[in-house]
Amino acid sequence: MTKQEALFSYCLRLGDNSLILGHRLSEWSSKAPIIEEDLALTNMALDLIGRSVAILKYAAEVEGKGHTEDDLAYRRPERKFYNNLLVEQPNGDFAVTIVRQFFNSTFEYLLYEELMKSKDETLAGIAAKTIKEIKYHLRHATDWMLRLGDGTPESHLRAQKALNDMWMFTDELFEMNEVDEILIKEGITVDLNMLKANWSKKINEVILESTLTVPTSTFMQTGSRQGIHSEYLGYIIAEMQYLQRAYPNAKW
Amino acid sequence: MENEKQLEQFEAKINADSKIEPKDWMPEDYRKHLIRQISQHAHSEVIGMQPEGNWITRAPSLRAKLILLAKIQDEGGHGLYLYSSCETLGISREELIEQLHNGKAKYSTIFNYPVLTWADVGAIGWLVDGAAIVNQISLQRTSYGPYSRAMVRICKEESFHQRQGYEIMGKLALGTPEQKEMAQDALNRLWWPTLMMFGPHDADSAHTGKAMKWKIKRETNDELRQRFIDKTVQQAEIIGLTMPDPELKWNAEKNKYDHGKIDWEEFKRVVNGDGPCNKKRMDNHLKAHDEGAWVREAATAYAAKQVKEQVVA
Ligand SMILES: [Fe+2]
Ligand SMILES: [Fe+2]
Ligand SMILES: [Fe+2]
Repeated sequence: MTKQEALFSYCLRLGDNSLILGHRLSEWSSKAPIIEEDLALTNMALDLIGRSVAILKYAAEVEGKGHTEDDLAYRRPERKFYNNLLVEQPNGDFAVTIVRQFFNSTFEYLLYEELMKSKDETLAGIAAKTIKEIKYHLRHATDWMLRLGDGTPESHLRAQKALNDMWMFTDELFEMNEVDEILIKEGITVDLNMLKANWSKKINEVILESTLTVPTSTFMQTGSRQGIHSEYLGYIIAEMQYLQRAYPNAKW
Repeated sequence: MENEKQLEQFEAKINADSKIEPKDWMPEDYRKHLIRQISQHAHSEVIGMQPEGNWITRAPSLRAKLILLAKIQDEGGHGLYLYSSCETLGISREELIEQLHNGKAKYSTIFNYPVLTWADVGAIGWLVDGAAIVNQISLQRTSYGPYSRAMVRICKEESFHQRQGYEIMGKLALGTPEQKEMAQDALNRLWWPTLMMFGPHDADSAHTGKAMKWKIKRETNDELRQRFIDKTVQQAEIIGLTMPDPELKWNAEKNKYDHGKIDWEEFKRVVNGDGPCNKKRMDNHLKAHDEGAWVREAATAYAAKQVKEQVVA
């Protein structure tokens, strides 16, 4: 694998994580508990999809085959998507969405802080621009963890169930392959193992403050680094790509 | 006696084109009319998020997706802003939403029509936001201060929406034959319901009298509708779409377009609940409200605990 191939693949991973989570959050439109929250969730969707545009555009540039960010989003089959399994999980109830966001934003916060120092100037620039948004996403998720965990008996139960249900998707966030090896050597990205301890510490603190319990189950899902996803991704892709697939010669 | 004097002062203010502010005395009828109108407007912004929201996950490009997401958020923001304006009249958002749920409050009938294709998303921005602007520009001069200020703020965003919708329609109308067909079909289905947005003809409008006298409304339904038609017909011509009204003709004498008959039976039917999507829109709003109850309760309970802790500390 060349450095260029590794960088392309890495950008797909970053871009797909943003795009697919943005897609999921956008599904909350007109479904949230109050309008303010409807706007908060879809605003985060806007941030994430906006970020995916920047990253996929760069991916296309690195790939050098004349593709656009839209080609990469709308014409790639499901086996060539590299987002983490966590972000494609269905929204569930509000607690599931918050826990998913909390796990992911905590991870993104640590990752993008490092990417700001990347030797790849484009990625460093995107990271610098996006870090403020990630901080807001993390604060939003953390505030809700506290409210749900320490709110009513029902919200406590739902939050704990969501933590337990999402837990098996957390190890994969830190998985690495040849792509990471190459890019770490180049100073483009970081060793994800180095983020893990910090991630665990941060989420443990919030979970305890929320009067919830850190799950102890050790079974963990894996597959996305090879483009192997949960069954949910296919539906997301089908919905997202339908117009471009149905009218291949049209411009929108 | 007291009342008569207050009414005199109130009407003097109206006649002098001064704004009425929340703390000013106002006739109960004025207050009631405003609550009905502003809440209907707020509910329309919020329910109006649903038909377009259908298409966020299917938008055909990343750029189109971002624009649509942002637009729908704007509409939600308009809703919030209008609920606040309405609350200055002494009614809470909870009560307003309760009135929406029990059918006492209405929202614009246009949102009871289905958004079936991507062209419908373009047509909504172009026509529905276009119609909203005509109405809202006029309402910038409404006599109630908070409502007037809300309109000033909202109008800027609505005109973005109108342009973005028109851009979608333009791309389709000038695109492949299939796209053009999609655009024409959307115009065919949404043109008449858009004209109904302005409400019944002046002669048949129950609320127009006092509303005009108190300058809540500044122009009549028919005046506003005519302005909308006159500016929109040319826009359709530019992108090569045909208006679905064979009687639509330029009237040089009157310097305006004549148009065909609006089907007011259909309008009444949809207002009274029997439109294609009335049930779907309300069911969805109720479902989100009910499913969100435990979340709102959790937030309230948590906030109460925080207050208690502060008191103890
Ligand atoms: Fe609107
Ligand atoms: Fe609006
Ligand atoms: Fe609008």
